[in-house]
Amino acid sequence: MKTDQLVSSLVADRPGSARPLGRAVGRAVLAGALVSLVIFAVEFGPRVDLAAAFATWRFDLKLVLVLASLLAASAACLAMARPVTTGRWRWTLLPALLIAAAALATELAVLPAGTWEARLVGSNALVCLTAIPLFALAPLGALLLAMRRAAPASPALAGAACGALAAAAAAVIYAFHCFDDSPLFVLTWYSLAAIPVVLLGALVGRRLLRW
Amino acid sequence: MSDPEDLSALMRAARKGDDEAYRRLLLRVASWLRAVASRGLAAAGRPNADCEDIVQETLLAMHLKRDTWDETQPLQPWLRAIARHKLVDHLRRRGFTDHVDIDDHSDTLAAPASADEGSAFDARQMLASLPERQRRIVEGISIEGQSARDVGSRMGMSEGAVRVTLHRALRALAVAYRKDRT
Repeated sequence: MKTDQLVSSLVADRPGSARPLGRAVGRAVLAGALVSLVIFAVEFGPRVDLAAAFATWRFDLKLVLVLASLLAASAACLAMARPVTTGRWRWTLLPALLIAAAALATELAVLPAGTWEARLVGSNALVCLTAIPLFALAPLGALLLAMRRAAPASPALAGAACGALAAAAAAVIYAFHCFDDSPLFVLTWYSLAAIPVVLLGALVGRRLLRW
Repeated sequence: MSDPEDLSALMRAARKGDDEAYRRLLLRVASWLRAVASRGLAAAGRPNADCEDIVQETLLAMHLKRDTWDETQPLQPWLRAIARHKLVDHLRRRGFTDHVDIDDHSDTLAAPASADEGSAFDARQMLASLPERQRRIVEGISIEGQSARDVGSRMGMSEGAVRVTLHRALRALAVAYRKDRT
């Protein structure tokens, strides 16, 4: 087959498959998160004082923080899906970092130094370390499958970004179960819980996302 | 690439359903790729016989991954990244691991390339790796120059079914290229 002839087939294939990448990624996160929501509902459930928690600044700030992380991870994932990318996505890290810094500063300012350690250790660390990776599995699987359509400059980095996005989605769900709202706890344990998910994404992505 | 605005505009038109714009774009990119692949092979000390394979594999990748182009950005950096990726991949499969850089001679698109440089032999082999139905559809459209509808009526399939099978065939071809190490 000569190249001109191949071009005829490519032109004939043109209709029907041009879909924005963002929509595919969004759908994958939603589909995976739905599966995780079922696990959440069956095995975990929302914390009993959820209504009261909404009235506290720590809980609200925790939600804002995980949502800001979700935004940054989405931007990173979409950027890593491309063969060439601008650094613009990095700006989406700024809200998450600023919120984290503000939350940390506030917490340290209002709490006496003697209680920092107790807040940091919290009561749910082990649950956090298992629940977030668990809730991240389905979103990660769906994301990696959706990303096979992509053309990442680095398949491993793209996989890692999928892991970060899956972990962020899992953190949003887990935030409704977890009693530990202190920024000291959230920043420490949620981040630690995301590490294995990011690594798994990078490992699988390195092979699966090659093109 | 001589006329940056033009290539991006062609791709934008193609996305909106302009088949002729898409054909023009692919042909222009093919002749640019031919020059890039040729230089890459020479730099790696490989025979030029693989050139048209690289051109076709890269065109396929560009086609199948075209959703990854961000419309707010110019098309060429995206094209160049795909071409570099495929050239490096092709050479690596053949044991060549040195650094390959195509940025230095990216302005060679202007060079006119004759349309008949395609190496019929290798591409035939790739087609032969496809399942029967997929292969007949690609051959009908590409080699016999038929429309999807004509191929469909000849094979007793709807035009839509032909297009779905064609898309699978192109994805399978891309996979076949990626596994090819000869």
